[in-house]
Amino acid sequence: MKLLEYQAKEVLASLGIAIPPGKVARTPDEAAAACAELGPVAVKAQVPVGGRGKAGGIKLAKTPEEARAAAQQIIGMDIKGFKVPLVYCEGALDIAREIYLGFTVDRDARANILMLSARGGMDIEQVAEEAPEAIARLYPNPWRGPLDFELNDLVYSAGLGELARPLAAVIKKLHRAIPELDAVTAEINPLVVNKAGEIVAGDAKLEIDDNAVWRHKELEQRYGSVLEGDPYEVEAKKRGLTYVSLDGDIGIIGNGAGLCMSTLDLVQRAGGKAANFCDIGGGAKAEVVENALAVILMNPKVKGVLMNVFGGITRGDEVAKGLVTARDNLKMKLPLVVRMSGTHEEEGRAILQQHGIEPGANAWEAAEKIVAMTR
Amino acid sequence: MSILLDSATRVIVQGITGREGTFHAGQMQEMGTKLVGGTSPGKGGSTHLSVPVFNTVVEAVEKTGATASGIFVPPPFAPDAIMEAAAAGITLIVCITEGIPIQDMIRVKDYLRGYPSARLLGPNCPGLITPGAGKIGIIPQRITTPGSVGLVSRSGTLTYEVGSALTAAGMGQSTIVGIGGDPVLGLTFSDVVALFEKDEKTTHLVVIGEIGGTDEERAAELLGRGTRLKTVAFISGRTAPEGKRMGHAGAIISGNRGTAKSKEEAFRKAGVAVAETTDQIVSLLK
Repeated sequence: MKLLEYQAKEVLASLGIAIPPGKVARTPDEAAAACAELGPVAVKAQVPVGGRGKAGGIKLAKTPEEARAAAQQIIGMDIKGFKVPLVYCEGALDIAREIYLGFTVDRDARANILMLSARGGMDIEQVAEEAPEAIARLYPNPWRGPLDFELNDLVYSAGLGELARPLAAVIKKLHRAIPELDAVTAEINPLVVNKAGEIVAGDAKLEIDDNAVWRHKELEQRYGSVLEGDPYEVEAKKRGLTYVSLDGDIGIIGNGAGLCMSTLDLVQRAGGKAANFCDIGGGAKAEVVENALAVILMNPKVKGVLMNVFGGITRGDEVAKGLVTARDNLKMKLPLVVRMSGTHEEEGRAILQQHGIEPGANAWEAAEKIVAMTR
Repeated sequence: MSILLDSATRVIVQGITGREGTFHAGQMQEMGTKLVGGTSPGKGGSTHLSVPVFNTVVEAVEKTGATASGIFVPPPFAPDAIMEAAAAGITLIVCITEGIPIQDMIRVKDYLRGYPSARLLGPNCPGLITPGAGKIGIIPQRITTPGSVGLVSRSGTLTYEVGSALTAAGMGQSTIVGIGGDPVLGLTFSDVVALFEKDEKTTHLVVIGEIGGTDEERAAELLGRGTRLKTVAFISGRTAPEGKRMGHAGAIISGNRGTAKSKEEAFRKAGVAVAETTDQIVSLLK
């Protein structure tokens, strides 16, 4: 679960990290009122994806009128597939210096990695590439967290020794998000030192492990439903499917993430473009297949559907019968190509053919067929 | 021969009385796996699938001499089950459970450092199968046949897909290992490749990777240093869109590594044939 900036900041504040004053605005009038109360503000689009500044999602406003105009432009705007549901109006900061502070899961080390750099701000990825030594790193022990001297070492090796005590305190607070909230990524970039010498979170990103949301029901209830993402993804989530929208016109259903991804690759190789990634998981129960087809058919761009199912111990004839029923229930008229294997696969293919569904002998042939049928 | 598991390996199942545990332990027995018992807290002393059930793994090990375990318990209990197995002296721990929180797995990995002889496979993996000898996990026996191809994969269904293609082409397998798709895993590609390298029975190797992480790159580097195995690699996800990324933290630690392109290039550089579709794997291996 990826939190929006204002949500992440609420969480940081609850951990004891200082944040600038700010107000959420759902309408231009609310943005004007926020500016009247806070003075000059940054009006910031709230989307769970990076790069919003470059996309025009952040505007400075000195007066309530400017804040109103900025909110008018930003609310409803599309940023990388997300419709902006609301803006966050935040009091301007008196910046003396910008620091980078973050943690994430280092897959190779199978551990969390804390990172700190004196060169915070927009170019941090470039810093990582050109001067990796400018980013100090620490792998905290996952049972007891970072020790004081380790934090001290981290701050000094980042060249921020003059801020050792207050920075170590902020890092310790941020680290609490790992054991207490199952955060898998958190980032404060920039972590601002203002002219008064206080350390304040200028931006905030926070991602909670989806596998651990059951332990954090309060977070899910508070923040889970604000997002207005892609409508098909929202619907798929309601139906319990693993679904990602893409920009092509061939709907894809597969079982298992790897098989599904390799099906996308095959469609592209055959000259087509996939409209989605949809993993229906093990087996291929009729109800799940129908849910997947229903979501895919919501998208008016879809011209045909390719289903690639490895049956294993699932019976091919049962999958085929379920698929025919699902298609008929949904009154689907578009071309449908199915490649399946598993027990009773010949019987399954025969059933499909009787009902006008095109079987593919193998995955590659199936991909070529659906591309040809949707040209 | 084979790696990790043979017909003499004494296996228990943790969570043997559950729905999944019961079904898959039965399948394991059906293909001849030496299943010697299982655990289910509170049900110790009973018999299930004709094998004894114990309350704890340490008791199961003491009474049965088990050295391997398959874990079929729900995510909230699986991390503890892995650590329990290691502490009881199990040396091959196969965790099938999907959906374990990442922070739990990071703690488990740290705990396992105290048990260097315990190997963890998974979690969120299909397990492993040595055709004709036994299996721990959920890989269907019917897609396999004994032979000399080693197969290691991150994806469940692609493993089955490639396993059946090999079987249909008459190319049997020494052992098939599914390492799992989670970000924090036990055995890596490199670990499994090194085991196949030492197994005389294995002459050919198929590596099925996917985007994300850099384990494939590391295995490629290992193979590039010299191998006696005729190897084919396949990477899925080359057309997968870049994740809708929020922060920079991931990019800072992985840079350009982790993409399908980087992985394919790493294998080519190591002199390993790269299949562009799963259908090509068999012909490239011949």
